[in-house]
Amino acid sequence: MAASSRAQVLDLYRAMLRESKHFSAYNYRTYAVRRIRDAFRENKNVKDPVEIQTLMNKAKRDLGIIRRQS
Amino acid sequence: MLLRAAWRRAALPVTAAPGLRSTAPSRRLRLRVADHAPQSAVPSDTAAAPESVMRPLYMDVQATTPLDPRVLDAMLPYLVNYYGNPHSRTHAYGWESEAAMEHARQGVARFYRSRKKHVITTQTEHKCVLDSCRSLEAEGFQVTYLPVQKSGIINLKELEAAIQPDTSLVSVMTVNNEIGVKQPIAEIGQICSSRKVYFHTDAAQAVGKIPLDVNDMKIDLMSISGHKIYGPKGVGAIYIRRRPRVRVEALQSGGGQERGMRSGTVPTPLVVGLGAACEVAQQEMEYDHKRISKLSERLIQKIMKSLPDVVMNGDPEHHYPGCINLSFAYVEGESLLMALKDVALSSGSACTSASLEPSYVLRAIGTDEDLAHSSIRFGIGRFTTEEEVDYIAEKCIQHVKRLREMSPLWEMVQDGIDLKSIKWTQH
Repeated sequence: MAASSRAQVLDLYRAMLRESKHFSAYNYRTYAVRRIRDAFRENKNVKDPVEIQTLMNKAKRDLGIIRRQS
Repeated sequence: MLLRAAWRRAALPVTAAPGLRSTAPSRRLRLRVADHAPQSAVPSDTAAAPESVMRPLYMDVQATTPLDPRVLDAMLPYLVNYYGNPHSRTHAYGWESEAAMEHARQGVARFYRSRKKHVITTQTEHKCVLDSCRSLEAEGFQVTYLPVQKSGIINLKELEAAIQPDTSLVSVMTVNNEIGVKQPIAEIGQICSSRKVYFHTDAAQAVGKIPLDVNDMKIDLMSISGHKIYGPKGVGAIYIRRRPRVRVEALQSGGGQERGMRSGTVPTPLVVGLGAACEVAQQEMEYDHKRISKLSERLIQKIMKSLPDVVMNGDPEHHYPGCINLSFAYVEGESLLMALKDVALSSGSACTSASLEPSYVLRAIGTDEDLAHSSIRFGIGRFTTEEEVDYIAEKCIQHVKRLREMSPLWEMVQDGIDLKSIKWTQH
């Protein structure tokens, strides 16, 4: 399976931000948006494809959590 | 007393409105933060756009914390689908529940009543620890309450001197819930292990916020509270060291669950929540700590820059940044809390918020009586935003200035009178 491309990462990022806006509580909403932005920013220079995949998997799981809880 | 009664009277006509209790909080004062309308009990013909439900800002994280969405997500399956009793041995429901419980396990007790009957604790412990010590005294134990220095930290020499041949336990909290002071746990652990005394620490405010290693710090027993680390209320845990073995006697007897140490069915959803909260805290500790430190600096700088005569209680160096206790001279704490009515704050701790006595913690660090009455505790947590901090700083400055204008004591101070030199008339 090909490693996650830049486009896939960006898609996931946008999807997560979009879903986070649906939290009805101000504190959860702001936390989610801030944390997602900071986490993606922090990992933007990761080069190892295995690590990238691990991070993407975790992000997908978190996207699932946001979808269920928001 | 008068202020609180006045507030209650003012709030009564508002809370008399029935039927909306599920959405609006009962104190429907002028509020700030706009949450989008959650489950609306409000009839939909009143608004086409989502109705904003305004609620106060939450700055009381030492009292309790909101549930992290990740924790709720981990708990829900065990509330809805996997509802088996973890102690049922005979079917899949029990097995899966037990597996979840074991997975979540991080490590509620009483110490083994040996011939040793001496316990050492500090004067600034949480009320529950102090009460437990008092009941031990009633049972014949001898308890030493170590004083703290002005910084809030205990004197290690005094601790060493206080250890007697029949001391069985030393209990010192890691991070104080009122002033945020961090005790030198590693050093205390060192002293206790060299003198062969058990060391218990109440880490409720510290777990998941500062790094804790029970082996490095030689901790034998550690108390953990779920709802202080963005987990569910109603669950806690105690870490009990195995090597060398710490023997404890059960508080609750019954079915022998938890190796006989705490009988009663283990509440799987709550335990899963606690486990998830600890996992999340472990991952987020560095990020949260950095952010909270920054916000804490910001709040303190803003307030101290604009207001004179503000004192921060507790050692500024050995301090957890998320718990800020400030004393505003010449302003009464309760009246400031009332003025900051759209912020959820506390003066002192939640356990003592019903009584009007100044906090015993502040008294123990030697704060003057009048400064102790003027103290407010600001709590900054994982979910606190920069906007909230700015808003609070602004409101705080505004109201303190206003209250000081009204204060005759402040007037006297401005005129250069030394308040300590005044002879108040006796009636």
